[in-house]
Amino acid sequence: MGVTATQEQAAGTAARTEAEADWEELVTAALLGTERRTPPVRRTGGSPSAALLDAAAVQTVRRRAGLRPAAAAAPLEAAGEDPRPAPPAEAVRRLSLLLTDRPGSGNGRRGSAPDLLELLPQWLSLANSLGYRAPSPLLPALLDAARGRSDLRAEVLAFTGVRGLWLARLNPDWKYALRATPGSGASLPAPEDAAQVTRLWEEGLFAERVALLSAGRRHDPAAARELLASTWTSERAEDRLMFLDSLRTGLSAADEPFLEQALTDRSRNVRATAAELLSALPGSALAGRMAERAAACVRLESTAAGARLLVEPPRECDAGMERDGVVRNRPAGRGERAWWLGQLVEAAPLSQWSGHFGGRSPQEIVALEVADEWRHELHAAWCRAAVRQSDAHWSRALLAEPGAPVADGPGAASLSERARLLGILPAAERAEWVAAFLPVHGLSEAFQLLGTCASPWAPGLGSAVVDALNIARDAGSYPWSFSGVLGLAERCLDPAEAGRLAPLAAIPDEAEDAAPGAGGYWAEAFQRLLGTLNLRATMRTELLAGRERDRAGTAAASGTAGSADTASPAEAPGAATAE
Amino acid sequence: MAGPTVGDMNQQGVRWTADQVLALAPDASSRKAGSKLGTAGPWSDAGSTGAGTVWGLCRGSGSKPYQTVVDLADTAGPAYKCSCPSRKFPCKHALGLLLLWSGADPAVAGGEPPGWAEEWLAGRRARAQQKHEGEGSGAARPKTADPAAAAKRAARRAERISAGASELEQRLGDLLRGGLASAEQAGYGLWEETAARMVDAQAPGLASRVRELGAVPASGPGWPVRLLEECALAHLLGQGWLRRASLPPELAATVAARVGLPPAGKGPAVRDDWLVLARYDTAEGHLVTRRTWVHGARSEQTALLLSFGAAGRAPALALPVGLSLDAELSAHPGGGGLRADLGEQFAAPGPGEHRPAGVGPAEALDRYGRALREDPWLESWPVTLRAAVPARAGEGWQLADPEQGTALPLAPAAQGKEGLWRLIALSGGAPVTVFGECGHRGFTPLAAWEPAVGEVVSLC
Repeated sequence: MGVTATQEQAAGTAARTEAEADWEELVTAALLGTERRTPPVRRTGGSPSAALLDAAAVQTVRRRAGLRPAAAAAPLEAAGEDPRPAPPAEAVRRLSLLLTDRPGSGNGRRGSAPDLLELLPQWLSLANSLGYRAPSPLLPALLDAARGRSDLRAEVLAFTGVRGLWLARLNPDWKYALRATPGSGASLPAPEDAAQVTRLWEEGLFAERVALLSAGRRHDPAAARELLASTWTSERAEDRLMFLDSLRTGLSAADEPFLEQALTDRSRNVRATAAELLSALPGSALAGRMAERAAACVRLESTAAGARLLVEPPRECDAGMERDGVVRNRPAGRGERAWWLGQLVEAAPLSQWSGHFGGRSPQEIVALEVADEWRHELHAAWCRAAVRQSDAHWSRALLAEPGAPVADGPGAASLSERARLLGILPAAERAEWVAAFLPVHGLSEAFQLLGTCASPWAPGLGSAVVDALNIARDAGSYPWSFSGVLGLAERCLDPAEAGRLAPLAAIPDEAEDAAPGAGGYWAEAFQRLLGTLNLRATMRTELLAGRERDRAGTAAASGTAGSADTASPAEAPGAATAE
Repeated sequence: MAGPTVGDMNQQGVRWTADQVLALAPDASSRKAGSKLGTAGPWSDAGSTGAGTVWGLCRGSGSKPYQTVVDLADTAGPAYKCSCPSRKFPCKHALGLLLLWSGADPAVAGGEPPGWAEEWLAGRRARAQQKHEGEGSGAARPKTADPAAAAKRAARRAERISAGASELEQRLGDLLRGGLASAEQAGYGLWEETAARMVDAQAPGLASRVRELGAVPASGPGWPVRLLEECALAHLLGQGWLRRASLPPELAATVAARVGLPPAGKGPAVRDDWLVLARYDTAEGHLVTRRTWVHGARSEQTALLLSFGAAGRAPALALPVGLSLDAELSAHPGGGGLRADLGEQFAAPGPGEHRPAGVGPAEALDRYGRALREDPWLESWPVTLRAAVPARAGEGWQLADPEQGTALPLAPAAQGKEGLWRLIALSGGAPVTVFGECGHRGFTPLAAWEPAVGEVVSLC
């Protein structure tokens, strides 16, 4: 109907208007019926209804044949140029294949086929690190995919770049892309542009301001803090909390005066966050006060049997403690004094304990006997302190030997504590520790710890997982008891391990004591793992192929300005850097 | 995006893209299941020949793997054979195997077809040869041995259709006497019954037209105008049939085709490089109709190929969008010569460097108007718009020609579709060339490419 409606405006001749009037009369007569209204048709013979239909047929075809174009609407603002190159054709093909595997259409059991959607994050992250831009026709599918999965958003928005943002502005379904996300940082002013930065800080929306502050902290922490301080007292409490949180980036001793001031804030949450940030600065006055309080609670006692730790938790939570962020009211199920002790030890610098306990190393301190059942509280608080202060020495001490039993013994008591402590260690050490943990404790225990390891897994860790899976199969259980680990392995196992897996993918003879059919299911699971690894390797080759072609091209044009058009990932705007 | 399509050729002829393979899938669930099998994991003893035969063993839930073989070399489109019990056609195994092959996976590179695949291929080739020879000898087929009986059957059918057309005329007359306002209350039932009578009268074209009449009163504001238009066109067709003897032959052929008669004879075969511009499916009841638009490099003709699939089968014709096909096409009589049948194909589809020339919005509408002279029942006409820029006009979108200040609004059915967003994304606010159907409801974009010879991006 759109064309029909505009044709009248386009051709406003008198004859046309008359014809339109004739048509409208025909419609009126047709609506009312020829019994009630004689149609405006000059013709004799035949019934009035047939005459009306004859005339209407002529008019219909005439109207259609005489259509005129509409007036052009205001053009869209053109999308910005994306200087990054498009990925190689084979890689684009792969991406469109990955994108056809939409969520919600699955039907339970996965069989031996890889889960394509799970491979999308890896594809995107590699494409981003290589500095490719998204092929335009795939932008809608990419934006749709990230709409339902917020974990994909950062990579998708970096990949889709300026044109993705341009497109998202046109469709309300993709509104999420416009909210401050790392990818949309393109609209932030340059950190050096002080006037623009101040203006956006003073006039921007909350999300823009958070993005601005975070970007500023990465670039010049002191300047960003000054920016925040300039309007601090006039901000709303919940905004203050969010802004304070962005100070975690680039936190240093220079932030202490500002944070000390925030300790007296009206909002309790702001106070608590300020205290937490200060305690992460071992040289801060607050850390010193906490050290003093904590040291008063734990002391070393030398007896004939050896040294042990005596714990005397605080008897009260005084105003000074509260000001320094200690929460007075205990949660249900905790002893009041234990609750306070935990907070003091957690916020006290770990570096002080060695001196306090006669020059003992963290390992030796953790190994000390603790009197009166206080060991659990004390070690748990040290775990939290090690994480907060990113102290790798203490982390190692608290993790203890990977082969040691989990539940009792010194150091970290729970798997989640261990997972957090592992997070502080360098990636290689983490992988090594988990690889040593696996054969002793098995896959189920190790699942959470595996999640902390960097992808792809180091060779030692990879083979430990494959061995453990093999053992689990031989033990006769079903593979879905290990679906979490299998899923992780599909994403994280190095494709180079594929060779080791091939024999496992064959269907074994059924063992007598095995669960019925388990062998087939295991073969299927290993096939899926193998297929996924091969697919990941192919994906990588396809994406890197363009790289090599570019390089060859650049080498061919050696000496000239040829290297200028191969954008390196670091230069490419919006390219995500690996975490 | 300037995809290096030409460089994708390899020593094995042209590999299909994953997209093209997935277009063979009969439905969405097969597409998904096929995608999952498109990795080396479940496949063994797989391979392919340069002639376009792909085979492999796929491990399923049973103990014996399925034997899957696909022959892409056939001029009548791909042929499949799989030992799985699926009634989908092609099954997910055939799709997965083709995806593996389209991804240039080393698991399907080279090799000699195993016995079971060779057997099937040989059987097919023998049958094809037989058929070819049969056609070549020009011998009259036994079915048409009795021309007198055939003529008698045709006359009887024509009589039935005439009776149906008269009955339709009567129904339309009744409706117009009582007024269209009453049609809103009458609802669907009345039209369904009339449509059934048209089916009895062996006039499927009239039947589907009548069925559509029933849906108009519920189609939103402005329905009386649309209902009068559709009634008038149904009347025009009925009258056309009843007076076909006095019509010029071309127009009489158009009427016969619109009523639903099979074409009487075909036009001469035209050999050309036919670029596949668009392909989309529509479903009516259990019948899936696949429309494929092609454009000849030398003839500059645009033609429509129709293919049908019933009850869970994909229409057999799955030409890959964006590739060019060296083949013969013969046009059906009537209907402006748009519809054609695919004759012999001389090579597998390959990259094509030609693109249809584009026109502006006014010329596009003129072409539709001129086509209505040949076939007044045309809903739209295929046109290529040059330098079109998507723009927002009120609630909807249009394709504007900024230089002339004119535009074609998009058809209501095309608004908000994923294809529209692909078009907008491709354009980025800059002019692109768009192929689509231009009609009285507006423009339906089906394919687009960046100026000159950009890769053809399917919008449907």
